[in-house]
Amino acid sequence: MTRLLLLFLSLCTFAAAQPAADLDKRLADLEKAAKAAQSAGDNAWMLTSAALVLMMTGPGLALFYGGLVRRKNVLSTMMHSFVLMAVVSVLWAIVGYSFAFGEGNSFVGGFQYLFLHGVGADPNADYAGTIPQGTFMVYQLMFAIITPALISGAIAERMKFSGMLLFMTLWVLIVYLPMAHMVWGKNGFLGATWGRVSTFDFAGGTVVHITSGVSALVCALYLGKRKGYGVDPMRPHSLVLSTIGACLLWVGWFGFNAGSALAANALATSAFVATHFATAAAALAWMIVEWIHNGKPSILGAISGAVAGLVAITPASGFVTPMPAMLIGLAAGIVCYLMVSVVKKKFGYDDALDAFGVHGIGGTVGAILTGVFATKEINDMRMGKPMGLVDGNPGQVINNLIGAAIAWGLAIVGTWIILKVCDAVTGVRASEQDEIEGLDLGMHGEEGYNFEA
Amino acid sequence: MKKIEAIIQPHKIEDVKEALKKIGIDGMTITEVRGHGRQKGHKEVYRGMEYQVDLLPKVKLELVVPSARLDEITKTLADAARTGKIGDGKIFVFDVAEAIRIRNDDRGDTAL
Repeated sequence: MTRLLLLFLSLCTFAAAQPAADLDKRLADLEKAAKAAQSAGDNAWMLTSAALVLMMTGPGLALFYGGLVRRKNVLSTMMHSFVLMAVVSVLWAIVGYSFAFGEGNSFVGGFQYLFLHGVGADPNADYAGTIPQGTFMVYQLMFAIITPALISGAIAERMKFSGMLLFMTLWVLIVYLPMAHMVWGKNGFLGATWGRVSTFDFAGGTVVHITSGVSALVCALYLGKRKGYGVDPMRPHSLVLSTIGACLLWVGWFGFNAGSALAANALATSAFVATHFATAAAALAWMIVEWIHNGKPSILGAISGAVAGLVAITPASGFVTPMPAMLIGLAAGIVCYLMVSVVKKKFGYDDALDAFGVHGIGGTVGAILTGVFATKEINDMRMGKPMGLVDGNPGQVINNLIGAAIAWGLAIVGTWIILKVCDAVTGVRASEQDEIEGLDLGMHGEEGYNFEA
Repeated sequence: MKKIEAIIQPHKIEDVKEALKKIGIDGMTITEVRGHGRQKGHKEVYRGMEYQVDLLPKVKLELVVPSARLDEITKTLADAARTGKIGDGKIFVFDVAEAIRIRNDDRGDTAL
């Protein structure tokens, strides 16, 4: 901006000796060049972010979840993440993007972008005015991929592959797309700027984590426990894989959160910083609480805490300063630990890899605390009016709670209906034989580790 | 000829190999195994789920020796493998009917 002004001033002095028409042309050229430069910078960052978010699913989540299951199910678990990279992409091109981001009503998008019609080099000013809409579209696709992949943590080691494919396809259509439209789509019911209930969800705490986490719980309850749960040992077969996966998630999440600024600007930096500190605090929080409670600090605890922190900071990342970010991480680390280690045991449901405990609960904690800590110091989208509770707007906490409640409701009802349909069409639970033998052999005819090969 | 089968602590395998080498015993077969005797396993906790791990990693060592040297070899082996704590393992001795070297059909002690 300053540079532009300087150029303009020097041009003005120069202009005294030039005819006026020439000056107009040069100014127009200059404006064009400045726009092109900004677009180049923003587009470079957004394409990078899109790639980073895809990396979160594969290999990030595939490794994280793959390491947590028994070795006979490592491939089937990794396949859940990987195949969704393909399934959701095709779905997105045909209908997904249009139903999420097309102009429809308050609850779901319209038909104008079916088959990506008109989605190309021109920016869509409603969403991101400085980058091609094609970039925005493919960036949002990566979110639509990881969200159902997160659910796969709850169905691990026992879901039938065909049932999983049908379930995930319907789930994206019925739960994800409307939720994404409500929060981020033009005129969405829960949109921060234009919504009837203005909620703050910067990068998808509600859209991604609450929907997937709560749906995960419904899936775990519907499918029932794994055979031998609570009797047979079900230790993670490789925490080495899980640790690599968690680290890739941490790195990829910068694309997820900082990329959600949709530009390479100061807000992106702020989201990057908030994300990082929240994650660090959450990893320590989980590790220390576990250390006190169980006597040993485990690496599974530290990486689980990091993921819980990443989840909780997601909605808040573009609204909060670093210290509240650390508080959010701290809260997520402690609450999610208690959820998976104490509460889950009490209720006895088999959320195999804790998709609900980490994403459902972490997402809800994040949604509430975003309402508390959002500040105009970071994000002045209301033009000087207070943002969250700390700015003097307690109503924001209520708005965010409404957003979270809608996500919970949609996830519970939608998931249950979809499971009923899938159960009738393909079946959802693997056969006992396949489960005992392992889904890798039963479903895919392969093994993860062929030592004699 | 006698066959010695020893189950020992995995971290003792280098000491045992070294000690046997010193008395001229070079040939042996080693397998990584799991098992337990009187040694209790340990507890592992994953996200609050506790697992009692009873089968502990051990190393199984198999060698066939001339009967005359049995006592000397078992003593060397035991001394090298001993830490004095529960879990040090056991040694079993079997009679061997015959030994055949595949390369040249040597029989008996010469095949060892």
